[in-house]
Amino acid sequence: MTDTTDKELESVVIRFAGDSGDGMQLTGTQFTNATALHGNDLATFPDFPAEIRAPLGTLAGVSGFQIHFGSTQINTPGDNSDVLVAMNVAALKVNIKNLKKGGVIIANVDGFDSKNMRLANVPEDQNPLTDGSLSEYDLKTIDVTKITRAALADSGMTTKEIDRCKNMFVLGLVYWMYHRPIDSTMEFLRAKFKKNEAVMNANIKVLNAGWNYGETTEMFANRYTVAPAKMEAGVYRSIMGNQAAAYGLIAASVKSGLPLFYGTYPITPATDILHDLAKYKNFNIKTYQAEDEIAGICASIGAAFGGHLAVTGSSGPGIALKGEAIGLATMLELPLVIVNIQRAGPSTGLPTKTEQADLMQAMYGRNGECPVIILAAQSPSDCFTLAFEACKLALQHMIPVFFLSDGYIANGAEPWKFPSAADLPEIPVSFAPARNAEDAKFMPYERDEKLSRPWAIPGTKGLEHRIGGLEKQNITGNISYDAANHELMVHLRQEKVDKVADFIPEQTIDSGEESGDLLILGWGGTYGALRTATSILIAEGYKVSHSHLRYINPFPKNLATLLSKFKTVVVPELNNGQLVKIIRDKYFIDAIPYNKIQGQPFMSHEVVNKIKQILD
Amino acid sequence: MAEVIEKLTSKDFASDQEVRWCPGCGDYSILKQVQTVMPDLGRPKEEFVFISGIGCSSRFPYYMDTFGMHSIHGRANAIATGLKATRPDLSVWVISGDGDSMSIGGNHFIHMFRRNPDLNLLVFNNQIYGLTKGQYSPTSEKGKVTKSTPMGSIDYPFNPIALSLGADATFVARSMDRDPKHLQAMIRRAYDHKGTSMVEIYQNCNVFNDAAFEIFTEKSSKKEQVLMMEHGKPLVFGENNDKGIKLDGFKPVIVEVNESNINDLWIHDETDLVKATILSRFYDDPSTEGHFPRPFGVFYVNNNKATFDELFNEQIAYAKEKQGAGDLDKLISGKETWVVN
Repeated sequence: MTDTTDKELESVVIRFAGDSGDGMQLTGTQFTNATALHGNDLATFPDFPAEIRAPLGTLAGVSGFQIHFGSTQINTPGDNSDVLVAMNVAALKVNIKNLKKGGVIIANVDGFDSKNMRLANVPEDQNPLTDGSLSEYDLKTIDVTKITRAALADSGMTTKEIDRCKNMFVLGLVYWMYHRPIDSTMEFLRAKFKKNEAVMNANIKVLNAGWNYGETTEMFANRYTVAPAKMEAGVYRSIMGNQAAAYGLIAASVKSGLPLFYGTYPITPATDILHDLAKYKNFNIKTYQAEDEIAGICASIGAAFGGHLAVTGSSGPGIALKGEAIGLATMLELPLVIVNIQRAGPSTGLPTKTEQADLMQAMYGRNGECPVIILAAQSPSDCFTLAFEACKLALQHMIPVFFLSDGYIANGAEPWKFPSAADLPEIPVSFAPARNAEDAKFMPYERDEKLSRPWAIPGTKGLEHRIGGLEKQNITGNISYDAANHELMVHLRQEKVDKVADFIPEQTIDSGEESGDLLILGWGGTYGALRTATSILIAEGYKVSHSHLRYINPFPKNLATLLSKFKTVVVPELNNGQLVKIIRDKYFIDAIPYNKIQGQPFMSHEVVNKIKQILD
Repeated sequence: MAEVIEKLTSKDFASDQEVRWCPGCGDYSILKQVQTVMPDLGRPKEEFVFISGIGCSSRFPYYMDTFGMHSIHGRANAIATGLKATRPDLSVWVISGDGDSMSIGGNHFIHMFRRNPDLNLLVFNNQIYGLTKGQYSPTSEKGKVTKSTPMGSIDYPFNPIALSLGADATFVARSMDRDPKHLQAMIRRAYDHKGTSMVEIYQNCNVFNDAAFEIFTEKSSKKEQVLMMEHGKPLVFGENNDKGIKLDGFKPVIVEVNESNINDLWIHDETDLVKATILSRFYDDPSTEGHFPRPFGVFYVNNNKATFDELFNEQIAYAKEKQGAGDLDKLISGKETWVVN
């Protein structure tokens, strides 16, 4: 055994990268769980191609998983990595530009053979492992394939099966490097392969081999410790955005006492919500994989009419198909939650890459005057809070509510100091009561102080009534072509949304002073990057603050006042300028757009540079 | 004293809304027959829900004093499936037309049959787009001259019965607006069937496609052109039921009925899918020589396929029984947590 020195680090960024069949997402997820259990704060960024098995060995087929963890507050998956695990040359080529100078490269030699070089378009006379081009980095070359095969030589498994265990070697080694607990992965493997003991044992053996490799070879002079983060006291778990959204919907179902109906059609990156919800039928969760996007939302509208907590979920292209039905739900004035896990568009776009370009679609993407409530989650765990809130507002105001998330926070993970069921508010819901012949005629569009109408579900005596997409006469709900009534109804539906501002929290400053030279106004999944950028700018003496919108329609009531306290307002977005248009339109201020449209999240330093450029 | 249960009347099912179909429209008869059958079903009004899409027929729910939804074009089947899945206690009816069901809503039409929720679909087939003022529909005959096809349509029509059978519908029937008794009987049969019931109703659009079904509805031609199917009875038609259908292997043939062949006639069996499929293809242009009469009645019934709403809710019940009611705290905390002090 060699002597290694333990070094203490405040934070580390590791990027696992390999072919899309190399199991990098699984490796990253396992490392995340172990790191969370160790008590670090963390943020992750899975970055993978749309193809399940993209062409082997090519640059297009590289799948990456980045994790940033530390003993301090971690807001983003990190701009640049300290460690790059490259399972092949394509993974190295794609990711080397974001490795810090002096950073560690763990390269799987087998992935740098002539075939891989050719597939990754490396000229024949070059080999990054030997030609000195990586001299600025700390290069560790390991023949992972060879060692894995040797470890499993007598396992009786085929070479193909054995090679699938390679990722466990790397995981074991990195666990050793960073003193991570290995038990949770052992347990995971035991559960995952409980029906195939040979594969279970093989994976465990290779995981240990990776750990032991670090322990026994002289390749690594240092091991690193990253102390648990000083986070707010409490019980934590690791959570991903889509998982949190699913739990938020279930929690709303429990707290409202209504069974949940989720009508949907598989689409990246929203499908995991369906997968998660489908597991919890014992919670009265009813999932429905429809024949298409339109049927998904329409079945949900049917369920809403029948008195269920109805939700539909998709991503941009699917939301486009649902547009007409969202208009119907708006006319019917029934509660409906529409989940949009945004991805880069238009059309099919970049299905596995993130973007925030569906805000205008949520806001205006229907025929006629069709306002709905819009909420946008800012982090993986916030998906829980806002999915719950979306249900609450839909049920209490009898109105469709958009819940916006994006591919970045949907698949990203972070520690979550989760609430207990008792901490969550109840969502009282009451259906219109039965009537007798002597009672006055039921008026389906009679409104309460929130301007919402009664929820009169079929099967209730005396409430027989007809609703539909044709314009309704206010109060009676009868079809009406009356000119003044139509204008009244358009105004009422708008006012109903506007009134929601009385039921949502006021906007706050997330970091920085209440006034200053510049306000960074963000929304959605850019929260972490903007928060980090703001703290850097403040540390450098800039009078900059950050405020992050989670309620976009209606805006919080105090937003105008909040904005007025700053000389300049900058709106960074992963689109071509959408929130900024609404802000300019609504508040008549010369807000400055800052846009990135690359299917990738903001890096904090990009934001810092941009703000400095504006201020200096 | 015996308890007096007041029986509802057809009037109880009429809403206070003025019916706005064109005078002479076949929809009036269908509305009347539905309202006539409803009281016999012995259920309180509030348990009925009528859901429609868009088109002339889709105004229907407004005229029924039950729960109703006039939704968007082609989507009634999808909405109804969601409602029935979550509220199996309700009697759900879908009112649709040929365009609504087989053009814009074609996908939901076939997928509903595949799933088999226990609801009833009445397709008012007038072989024309009426609400948009006269364009050819997916059931219009090839060569149809309309405003959108001045040189005649080049599309071949759908055969709604064959399409439904092909999508594994469990109840498939055809009726017509001009035969109230038959229509009432079919509506009743549809209600009694557990599973999705599809009733195609030939409905005359007297404004844009008048007399499209005249040959099947007029006294002068009806007997020769209509084949009334009755379960367990031979397939006969003609002026004095003097013609019959015989199966020669899988090939149907028309025979003059006489004493020597009366026992060889095809006996209608609603439960036989192969035979129903053959009958569904009796879809010839009535003007062609040697054509088969058009069948009316129940083509096919399958009582052995579990309904979607049953299966959907059984899974929920089974999960609750197996795993117990959900524990929200356990769900949120997951298996792996850590404590920060």
